[in-house]
Amino acid sequence: MTFLYLGHNCATLGEIFELKAELNSDKKEKKKEAVKKVIASMTVGKDVSALFPDVVNCMQTDNLELKKLVYLYLMNYAKSQPDMAIMAVNTFVKDCEDPNPLIRALAVRTMGCIRVDKITEYLCEPLRKCLKDEDPYVRKTAAVCVAKLHDINAQLVEDQGFLDTLKDLISDSNPMVVANAVAALSEIAESHPNSNLLDLNPQTINKLLTALNECTEWGQIFILDCLANYMPRDDRESQSICERVTPRLSHANSAVVLSAVKVLMKFMEMLPKDLDYYGTLLKKLAPPLVTLLSAEAELQYVALRNINLIVQKRPEILKHEMKVFFVKYNDPIYVKLEKLDIMIRLASQANIAQVLAELKEYATEVDVDFVRKAVRAIGRCAIKVEQSAERCVSTLLDLIQTKVNYVVQEAIVVIKDIFRKYPNKYESVIATLCENLDSLDEPEARAAMIWIVGEYAERIDNADELLESFLEGFHDESTQVQLQLLTAIVKLFLKKPTETQELVQQVLSLATQDSDNPDLRDRGYIYWRLLSTDPVAAKEVVLAEKPLISEETDLIEPTLLEELICHIGTLASVYHKPPSAFVEGSRGVQHKRLPARAGSGESAESPDVGHSGPSEAPPAVIPSQGDLLGDLLNLDLAPPTVTVPSVQPSMQMGAMDLLGGGLDSLVCSSRALGGDIGGSPSMGAGLGAAPAAMPASLGSAPTVGGGLGDLFDLGGGVGMPTGSYVAPKTVWLLAMKAKGLEISGTFARRGGIIQMDLSLTNKAMSVMTDFAIQFNRNSFGLAPAGPMQVLTPLSPNQTIDVSLPLSMSGPVMKMEPLNNLQVAVKNNIDVFYFSCQYPLSLLFVEDGKMDRQVFLATWKDIPNDNEAQFQIKDIHLNSGNRNKYVLDRVLQNYSKKTNVFRDCMQKQMYDSTSVDSLVHDSLLLKGSYDAILKIIIWCNRIC
Amino acid sequence: MIGGLFIYNHKGEVLISRVYRDDIGRNAVDAFRVNVIHARQQVRSPVTNIARTSFFHVKRSNIWLAAVTKQNVNAAMVFEFLYKMCDVMTAYFGKISEENIKNNFVLIYELLDEILDFGYPQNSETGALKTFITQQGIKSQHHTKEEQSQITSQVTGQIGWRREGIKYRRNELFLDVLESVNLLMSPQGQVLSAHVSGRVVMKSYLSGMPECKFGMNDKIVIDKQGKGGTTDDSGKSELGGSGKQSIAIDDCTFHQCVRLSKFDSERSISFIPPDGDYELMRYRTTKDIILPFRVIPLVREVGRTKLEVKVVIKSNFKPSLLAQKIEVRIPTPLNTSGVQVICMKGKAKYKASENAIVWKIKRMAGMKESQISAEIELLPTNDKKKWARPPISMNFEVPFAPSGLKVRYLKVFESKLNYSDHDVIKWVRYIGRSGIYETRC
Repeated sequence: MTFLYLGHNCATLGEIFELKAELNSDKKEKKKEAVKKVIASMTVGKDVSALFPDVVNCMQTDNLELKKLVYLYLMNYAKSQPDMAIMAVNTFVKDCEDPNPLIRALAVRTMGCIRVDKITEYLCEPLRKCLKDEDPYVRKTAAVCVAKLHDINAQLVEDQGFLDTLKDLISDSNPMVVANAVAALSEIAESHPNSNLLDLNPQTINKLLTALNECTEWGQIFILDCLANYMPRDDRESQSICERVTPRLSHANSAVVLSAVKVLMKFMEMLPKDLDYYGTLLKKLAPPLVTLLSAEAELQYVALRNINLIVQKRPEILKHEMKVFFVKYNDPIYVKLEKLDIMIRLASQANIAQVLAELKEYATEVDVDFVRKAVRAIGRCAIKVEQSAERCVSTLLDLIQTKVNYVVQEAIVVIKDIFRKYPNKYESVIATLCENLDSLDEPEARAAMIWIVGEYAERIDNADELLESFLEGFHDESTQVQLQLLTAIVKLFLKKPTETQELVQQVLSLATQDSDNPDLRDRGYIYWRLLSTDPVAAKEVVLAEKPLISEETDLIEPTLLEELICHIGTLASVYHKPPSAFVEGSRGVQHKRLPARAGSGESAESPDVGHSGPSEAPPAVIPSQGDLLGDLLNLDLAPPTVTVPSVQPSMQMGAMDLLGGGLDSLVCSSRALGGDIGGSPSMGAGLGAAPAAMPASLGSAPTVGGGLGDLFDLGGGVGMPTGSYVAPKTVWLLAMKAKGLEISGTFARRGGIIQMDLSLTNKAMSVMTDFAIQFNRNSFGLAPAGPMQVLTPLSPNQTIDVSLPLSMSGPVMKMEPLNNLQVAVKNNIDVFYFSCQYPLSLLFVEDGKMDRQVFLATWKDIPNDNEAQFQIKDIHLNSGNRNKYVLDRVLQNYSKKTNVFRDCMQKQMYDSTSVDSLVHDSLLLKGSYDAILKIIIWCNRIC
Repeated sequence: MIGGLFIYNHKGEVLISRVYRDDIGRNAVDAFRVNVIHARQQVRSPVTNIARTSFFHVKRSNIWLAAVTKQNVNAAMVFEFLYKMCDVMTAYFGKISEENIKNNFVLIYELLDEILDFGYPQNSETGALKTFITQQGIKSQHHTKEEQSQITSQVTGQIGWRREGIKYRRNELFLDVLESVNLLMSPQGQVLSAHVSGRVVMKSYLSGMPECKFGMNDKIVIDKQGKGGTTDDSGKSELGGSGKQSIAIDDCTFHQCVRLSKFDSERSISFIPPDGDYELMRYRTTKDIILPFRVIPLVREVGRTKLEVKVVIKSNFKPSLLAQKIEVRIPTPLNTSGVQVICMKGKAKYKASENAIVWKIKRMAGMKESQISAEIELLPTNDKKKWARPPISMNFEVPFAPSGLKVRYLKVFESKLNYSDHDVIKWVRYIGRSGIYETRC
């Protein structure tokens, strides 16, 4: 072979001119060499499109090698020169008729790669012929070509009926044709999520399984990946497919093995656990997974990422195989890190001694990330296997003695967690930790150390000095450290109030006055007020018993895990993210899920029914880290003792309202429907529900310029109906985020009782029981008046509606926004947190009538500078009046504020009727409900 | 599926670039170079996601092969394909080097066109490819119609790895059992983990389309056959130090020519072999492994500037057998200033560039013992970090299978041609090599 490989410094004009001459040479050899040079330039990114006509002229040749080179050129440049590309069409069409099957296939393969409309048009006829060609080589190429054409012009493929021909190819006698047809159909089906394109039924499955035994390794992968999308009708079919797939576990190609594992993991879900075959299958899965670890490093990495998922889903498969995950000195770092992860997941009482010995060994290695992870792993072992905690702590202490900076820091972070898990057990090590205070330069380690000092302040003699030393550079610290320092010093103060008053003053003023960080300021204010108003309460809050932490924190959320199990072997399983997170467009966005176990009556459901997303915007989910969660964690989740049975599983919402709120909800619905506010009071009154009624007419609402007097006049009006507007339920907690529990809900006020209407849906595989609910402290002291009554266990896919009566007797804390409510729901699986917002109108009482004198007296009690006036514009009430509302407000003492505000609400010092009707009216007018809320919140904020 | 395939040299210059999918732009080539090849730190993952485009890469000497995609592809398949691609290239033009790739770039493009279609891997068996991708373009025109259909049916057919009509005057086959024994031992001599990964490699020169059946002392098979099978074997056990008749195979994988369903149901290994060299099976065992060598380390720190190291190796197999190419590698600290070595057998040298003492012994018989002692002088350092003490590693080659695997038979049937199993000349050889054979010290 003698030709020049062109470097990067070429394809100048002169070069192109020279090539042009050579391309047009009469000598075949010279022509071929010229084309090679052109391709070489193309490879290094030089633009040689100027040679298009000359290269295409070389196409008509009987030299196959030359032809292929010209085709390669065409594929690259046809798109940029569509008009000239037409010149090639004739040759293509002619080649498609060539007696040599290799040339026919080459032509149809190349044509499919040229994304030029005019060429595509000419492609249809040859493609149709090639799909029915007598030669299997041509048919298998044509099958893929349909997928190419579909990518260019989907409509054309459908119109030309290629999809049906492709489906027929699944029954082809040649296994490779079958495999390519399956691959093409799977790809096309992915972009049509709801089409029944890949109509998998027992007959086609049987054909695929037969082809599986005969086709190439790649074909086997296509077929297995396609099989994984099938949903067997019952456990027997599932078993028979599994039996025919298991031999693939011995294939030399790791991808075949992993795809087979995917099919088995998925179909196993349907097998009854007491079946003998189920146990056999479990045993058969372990050896091939272990064998994958002797593959090349890159494949090991893919295998390990998948094993990580498999171990979480079915820990029993590999529980005895700990040793194979021991790290080898020469493993690439990415393999080491993954092995470490799996070791922790497999750690148990039986093997913990071995694991710890290994981890200690790893902590002396060179790679910083790996060492850190190893240290962290020791901490996780301590939390996971209680019996080993002591040994872990002593190992960590040994490591701290090495004085290697990052080892020490990492060790301190995990020791903090160990303290959380086993309180009052290992505090003897604190002294050793304190010795290393100076070497800590990472925020996480500093924060952990500060937490430890604060938490155990009473046992550390010089705790105040230690904390003070941190305080010096307060403003240079990261937020994490600042927050932790603030809390720690408050803890210290509560424990040793006499000596540390100055310190606490200092930190509070640093946090509240000198900081730009709202989180820090808020926390500072909370502590400050807490300490100044009620030190006993402060103690209860700040030094509250903390719930234990569990080892489950690093597990993948079950719904995601299920989806990822359906994607074993693919990129999704490598990234541990659903395909929608990294694939653009419609492809792969469908959620896959595992089949239901036989007997639950769900087996017939198709696999591609995704989890229906919430129609409304999802509620703000409390971030998993940070102070919010910390505060929630301080809550006691035991339900209060009052019992209010109010559960009706699977009831419709309307019926639910009837039961929960009595007849008055009828008023509500009729109001909502009719939209006639004026008409409703009489109805409410007519029904005689509670003291209800609307202002006789909204015309009596304050008129423009009416001022305070007008406001007051309203007091003489009648209260609002008890069943006010109830917003439709919105999804508060997504199943994805709560291990399968979905919660939607709304708030209502019925018969003077505030109620939280919840719909609990179980979207997980297992039954849920033992529900309990708890609120975080909130602006108006909302708290459950009784336990959440879920009497029957919630089976998969069942929904229960619950009405929870609320009282306003709970602890108060100002929330942001004011009407924010943070809720924790517990069941037998876990505790979940979410937050939602309630309409302020919820808090308005019905019989808010107040004596004129009392009102005026209260009003005068409020300093003038707390009063604000403003006009609400563009809100049209029934009367069409433009009303001026004076929305007052209150109070000097911040910490008492919310209480007083609540009192005011209840005494209807606010003109609640007006506000409520205003709110309601603006809703009807499709005005901005939010805007109104903001007004109320705003007027409260000026307090 | 795979959207494109790039090959780069060590500098990140593109040698081959083939794009299969429209969603892969030209800038993808540069993105990989900038973010991975030119990245300052060490590669942290073989899969990289850059701007929602995923890159899979493998390295062969200093050549980078990268596959790129924007979809949720089968990641295991992509890597298997990249390895296969390397195999195919090696089979065509030898070592994968910048030079060879530049000289064969037309061939590589032709291969890439054939083995990947729209990003879907197609037949990648070298045997089949060589029948029609020949680098002699004109030749393909001279194929007769029969030849052409023979090519296509081989490429797409059930037995894609073998062509019809192969003829040898002498029917011969060579069987190599190649094992690598892996060990991780604690300083106290406790086996932390040990396994053998073995391969059965064949070279077959057989006429026609022979049907082969391979048998070994697989515990499951032997147990199934009952006493008849085991007594047959007991007289023949002669290898290594093992007296056991059957071995427990943890797992095995086979070349695609082996009928997997038959193995699954009857545990019998039957196949029509490819012509020439190929790997029939791989297996792994963990039970009753014969560890050919035992390493006993003794490291003593004398003060802060001196280390005393003594390492004893013991061979643990039949005295009549000889181990070869023995090499013991004893790591030394980075601040080593001088080393003095005394060994009774072989040659030992301190290699400063490798931070190790390398002790080589040409041959060593079974049940023998040998020793090395060294004094290592250290430079005083103020580095707080302790020396990590990497494990002592060992290399060797022994003429038996450490797993205890034995070939019981390899029968050849070819009904159409007139040669029988007895006419085939068969050779069997066992080689045990060290894999990662480490003892912590």
